[in-house]
Amino acid sequence: MLEVADVDVARGGRTLLRGLSFHLAAGERLAVIGPNGAGKSSLLHTLIGDHAPARGDIRVGGRPLTALGDRERACRLALLPQASTLDFPFTVDEVVALGRTPHASGAVADRAVIEAVCAATDIDHLRRRLYPRLSGGEKQRVQLARVLAQIWRPEDAGERLLLLDEPVAALDIGHQALVMDRIAAFAAGGAAVVVVLHDISLAARHADRMLALRDGAAVAQGVPSDVVTVDTMRRLFDADACVMTHPRTHTPVVLHG
Amino acid sequence: MKPRTLLVVLTLALPAALLVAILLGAVALPPAGVFAALLGQGDDARLGLIVQHIRAPRAVLTALVGALLAVCGAAMQGLFRNPLADPSLIGVTAGASAGASLAIVFGGALSGLAGLSLVSLGAFAGGTLAVIVVYRLATDAAGTSVATMLLAGIAIGAIAGSLSSLLEFYASNDMLRRISLWRMGGLDGANWPRVAIVAAVAVVILGVLPAQANALNALLLGESEARHLGVAVDAVKRRLVLLAAAGVGVSVAVAGAIAFVGLVVPHVVRMLIGPDHRGLLPASALAGAVLLLAADTLARLVIAPSELPVGLLTALLGAPFFISLLRRRREYGMP
Repeated sequence: MLEVADVDVARGGRTLLRGLSFHLAAGERLAVIGPNGAGKSSLLHTLIGDHAPARGDIRVGGRPLTALGDRERACRLALLPQASTLDFPFTVDEVVALGRTPHASGAVADRAVIEAVCAATDIDHLRRRLYPRLSGGEKQRVQLARVLAQIWRPEDAGERLLLLDEPVAALDIGHQALVMDRIAAFAAGGAAVVVVLHDISLAARHADRMLALRDGAAVAQGVPSDVVTVDTMRRLFDADACVMTHPRTHTPVVLHG
Repeated sequence: MKPRTLLVVLTLALPAALLVAILLGAVALPPAGVFAALLGQGDDARLGLIVQHIRAPRAVLTALVGALLAVCGAAMQGLFRNPLADPSLIGVTAGASAGASLAIVFGGALSGLAGLSLVSLGAFAGGTLAVIVVYRLATDAAGTSVATMLLAGIAIGAIAGSLSSLLEFYASNDMLRRISLWRMGGLDGANWPRVAIVAAVAVVILGVLPAQANALNALLLGESEARHLGVAVDAVKRRLVLLAAAGVGVSVAVAGAIAFVGLVVPHVVRMLIGPDHRGLLPASALAGAVLLLAADTLARLVIAPSELPVGLLTALLGAPFFISLLRRRREYGMP
């Protein structure tokens, strides 16, 4: 579904990504980890077409990313940014409905999508509230609902790609688990997901594959048990870590020190 | 309030406000005679003259200017993602003011074009030029930066302001009076050719702006968010800036600087029906027309038989009202 081949990205004389290659099939979840400034957000913005690669090739569904028109791209690719400010008193319902902007699917279909994504992100009880008055974690779930609404239905666009920049950073652990489970269910419905996460244990638990970035280049990539190693953690963060196996999920868990 | 309810109320209020504006004035006119004159009948020649050549064009011009100022204000606030933005922020008013002053000081005996005085043409040219410069300053290969546009607007506003002051310094007493009267804003120069010009601009703007409502809604989320939602952000920004410049420019050209309509009207409408531009843009246009009609009628009545510049009145009433809005903004979910 997504093919990234030998991509370099530079902006303002600074190299953001170098020699990055990976591919992702529909239904797969790729977690991107790495230190601050490693290029994780730049990668997401490159995948949605904000930064044009200086070199290399990005293909979505077999076609070059640049060949997609604005509308078609918006129907297939959605990005949840790390932070976004909305100071106008829209209701939560209206914010989520903005996700349907690129579609001409009609009010009835749009309503159904909005119902579904609000239930999936546990914001049903917030729908009549004004967005600027929500807490940080509530806002994050509303924005997630908005980007889910954008690419929710397989019938709107066959192959869909969801890009998430730290979707659980402001959430309590209950909602972290809920959101990661709903993302898994969404991927299982035929979408590819690229998610930037700071919590490596959470990433390892919820991703099919992982990509470890530092200074814009891949330090390691593969299945979580191959990527999450003491050696990789040291190369990524210059810090000692202890890697254990979760007693129930059997996925790697990283402890400091 | 439901957007539809407000739109219905305003649609009913507009003809009423137009009618009141025609009926009331330095001379109160008998309703029956006014209706006859509006239909082109009636036997009172003096009344017919007042209605057809003074009150009716003025009422229509007032409604058009009010609608343009309010709808352009709403669009600018959406574009700048700032509920307190105003078209004057991008230099329109300051540029128009400098252009009008130039025309007053150096225009001399030159006459205008198609019912527009040289002062109006100067104002329109000044306002449009200021916006073009501001827009150019804020645009580079990476697109248009809205923040830079605001700052460039302040800079261009300062340049235009000092140019106006310089002109005032050299102007004669008579010119000074004309400059200051122009700056206060007034609709007393209304005639049908002016109505036709403003109406032509208004038809374009009121026709094109509502089609940008979804894009404006998406823009409130942020520019890259709007782009990710499929909005051609740079094209939309360019279109909005041009439309607002034309709308405010032509309003300022025929009516001088009328403060606060573009700021207060969209703000009040947003409090009533929320920020969704699909309702906000038409409701702002209608409310702007009704409010400016009410203000202009009041301005003609308070010190009759002479009249107050309506810009003075809108600033006098608008500013305190706006301050009260600012103090209560949190109740409406504003930051």
